[in-house]
Amino acid sequence: MEKTWNNKAWFLVLPVLLLVAFSAVIPLMTVVNYSVQDTFGNNEFFWAGTDWFDDMLHSDRFWEALQRNLLFSFIILALEIPLGIFIALNMPKKGIGVPVCLVLMALPLLIPWNVVGTIWQVFGRVDIGLLGHTLWALGIDYNYVRDPIDAWITVIIMDVWHWTSLVVLLCYAGLVSIPDAYYQAAKIDGASRWSVFRYIQLPKMKRVLLIAVLLRFMDSFMIYTEPFVVTGGGPGNSTTFLSIDLVKMAVGQFDLGPAAAMSIIYFLIILLLSWVFYTVMTSSDANQ
Amino acid sequence: MASPMKYKPAGNFSWLVSTIYIIFLLLPIYWLINMSFKENAEITGTFSLWPQNPTLRNYTVIFTDPSWYSGYINSIIYVVMNTVISVLAALPAAYAFSRYRFLGDKHLFFWLLTNRMAPPAVFALPFFQLYSAFGLIDTHIAVALAHCLFNVPLAVWILEGFMSGVPKEIDETAYIDGYSFPRFFVRIFMPLIASGIGVAAFFCFMFSWVELLLARTLTTTAAKPISAIMTRTVSAAGMDWGVLAAAGVLTIVPGALVIYFVRNYIAKGFALGRV
Amino acid sequence: MARITLDHIRHAYGASPQSDQDYALREIDHEWHDGGAYALLGPSGCGKTTLLNIISGLLQPSHGRILFDGKDVTNLSTQARNIAQVFQFPVIYDTMTVYDNLAFPLRNRGVPEPEVDRRVREMLEIIDLSDWAKRKAQRLTADQKQKISLGRGLVRNDVNAILFDEPLTVIDPHMKWVLRSQLKRLHKQFGFTMVYVTHDQTEALTFADKVVVMYDGQIVQIGTPAELFERPRHTFVGYFIGSPGMNVLPAKIDGSTVTIGDEKVSLDYAPNISGVGKIELGIRPEFVRIGSEGVPVSITRIEDIGRLKIVRASFAGQPISIVAEEDVEIPSEPRVTFDPAAINIYADSWRVGGEG
Repeated sequence: MEKTWNNKAWFLVLPVLLLVAFSAVIPLMTVVNYSVQDTFGNNEFFWAGTDWFDDMLHSDRFWEALQRNLLFSFIILALEIPLGIFIALNMPKKGIGVPVCLVLMALPLLIPWNVVGTIWQVFGRVDIGLLGHTLWALGIDYNYVRDPIDAWITVIIMDVWHWTSLVVLLCYAGLVSIPDAYYQAAKIDGASRWSVFRYIQLPKMKRVLLIAVLLRFMDSFMIYTEPFVVTGGGPGNSTTFLSIDLVKMAVGQFDLGPAAAMSIIYFLIILLLSWVFYTVMTSSDANQ
Repeated sequence: MASPMKYKPAGNFSWLVSTIYIIFLLLPIYWLINMSFKENAEITGTFSLWPQNPTLRNYTVIFTDPSWYSGYINSIIYVVMNTVISVLAALPAAYAFSRYRFLGDKHLFFWLLTNRMAPPAVFALPFFQLYSAFGLIDTHIAVALAHCLFNVPLAVWILEGFMSGVPKEIDETAYIDGYSFPRFFVRIFMPLIASGIGVAAFFCFMFSWVELLLARTLTTTAAKPISAIMTRTVSAAGMDWGVLAAAGVLTIVPGALVIYFVRNYIAKGFALGRV
Repeated sequence: MARITLDHIRHAYGASPQSDQDYALREIDHEWHDGGAYALLGPSGCGKTTLLNIISGLLQPSHGRILFDGKDVTNLSTQARNIAQVFQFPVIYDTMTVYDNLAFPLRNRGVPEPEVDRRVREMLEIIDLSDWAKRKAQRLTADQKQKISLGRGLVRNDVNAILFDEPLTVIDPHMKWVLRSQLKRLHKQFGFTMVYVTHDQTEALTFADKVVVMYDGQIVQIGTPAELFERPRHTFVGYFIGSPGMNVLPAKIDGSTVTIGDEKVSLDYAPNISGVGKIELGIRPEFVRIGSEGVPVSITRIEDIGRLKIVRASFAGQPISIVAEEDVEIPSEPRVTFDPAAINIYADSWRVGGEG
């Protein structure tokens, strides 16, 4: 659509601007402020320059958490995206099955995140959980409280359970928007099932898939509540992701300086990702 | 006329895929519901696939203890406040983005978007201090405002998508007919994007309802959300699993109701790729 | 290329059709010649797309058989029928190049690559897209995309028929003419059997050798454009073809005399009407002459459309349209005469002949 140039439009944006300034800009400035100061309590602050940033970038604790985050996000994407596409392809396209599937599949998306954690914490427990108890009965030694691998598996399955539906719904929306004529033309052209997927469904899903990949990447990169409830970051530090570490540092230990420095680094990573996201989004818009 | 040929997913096992997936989704939820109808002795003592002595005791505890049920009321209050604030503020902004070009529009849009991506963990502490300074700690409005951080950009984004689908000629015709901007916006434009407003409200509701970190940080007692109250089920007698499960089940109910009412819009909202 | 036989075809979308009303297609029994250009013309919902889908095999008819060159293909899949189809909206494979789009149906059928290359290059020449071969198909204009859709059909030299489902809907008006003439040229060159669905009478009339007019699930007339114009078999054809449509006036018949209201018109034959029914007289506005002779009319409006003018008048209490040359003087007490040869008589909407 052709848009007209009108700077008065700023007045329309003003409420949003004020609101977001209050809920984003001022807090962010506080963080920046802390990140360059040190305190020994009593509200006395000393200029610390970039010391905290130095410390943070040289701290094993930070790098390990970052690595865990990246690994986690990678596994999540590798599982949820193909699974989501596969389920969306097999979802009913009409009839009573459609609303039933949509409602049931969207259910996990609307459960408070700590309740998701609670559900899986309970579900996985060997003494009272269906999953844990069944595995134990089958003679599998599974205990997410003690074993880091089991903890990871639990957190990953929990995330698949929680978020795959988002990918499914996005892909499904992309699929139902494909006109029938494409499938008819493919039949006439003698295309195989795979060709239909490769040359019709996948290209038409490109846009929603892109959104799914980036959303899942970013949200899994910020994950906090669910693993916090289930594992509390343990055993050891094996499921301590950046957010968990950050909250521990800021709210738990009240190490404002390092926490603030870490926040800013974390935020810059996110900013970079957002920029990639935005660029890719707008350029794919321009192609259509 | 409607095309007679619908694409059929390959094979006859396709229903099986959805079914297995839905069973996978529902099993943990079923387990929670199952537990919520059991006595604690049964939960910890015996392992049973369904309640042997079904009891409503856990729900009774929640509905009779103000410190429990007020959690639900608190959550709903700030979620509704946040949804209303987010959508109201986003409406004019989305209109500006969908209709006009103005100085710094692209940068502004990008900046709004980054707030959607910002990790709440980064904001937890500064929020606490900011709202302390304003004396807003432990009020509903504090949480509602904090959630605007990610919900306002989201609402702007969704609404902009819907508004761009409305031809500009409609605006022009209305102005020619002598409508003032506010009258045009409320009387003509908003009904046209009603489903968009519904979708935006749904997503605001959803993200505000599921968020815990900020909600917990900004409240102590008076406005404490249910999800934070759930963390205190450890008592002298040990973990009160039954009440925990019942509280969990009750947090799923509002979400389930909301999904059911907007089920026809979900696919549309997702289709716009605006989440 | 093939002769298409529609052998008593009926189709209903519902599971158990009770009456005629449940059928999207009532009963179609026709044979279409090899190499013919047929246009299926009719308003929305008349069943023309249903018929097209039955021919292409996307839909199985509830009753009847369909034969290509005498061979029963009713139960064959779309792919096995060897037909091509161009849809209303261009269907192209966005992510492929123009070249790969054209090669796609050949490669799917396991044609060896050198042969694919030869035929695709040939086709690129024919549809005038050689310069675009290596471009992504996504970037093309709507008319270029439609040419690719057509090319994907033509590139298989064994197609039995090419079906067009309102292919010019999304094309700019000035490009419609270009594409239509290119299509006509290709039809002459290749001689494929062509079935062309449209609701645009100009498109149908300029394009096809035979126009198949459909109405309410049945074929009401198949004929050349001239036949449709001069001898509409059904009042619907009279209304639908021509602008303005045929005047249809309720009438009574006595021998070779037609009575409309109080006015009498004599025919040069005696229509063969037996039994009761609604009798109507049909006359095209082009064959009504206005002047100082004949039956008096009162004029309600005159529309000037350039070289011609359309006179809307009241004839014996019935509205009637008259097409007159622009320079024809209209007297103050106008009267009209009907060209007897151009009068058609309809009983229950179907034309009845004498000998004519």
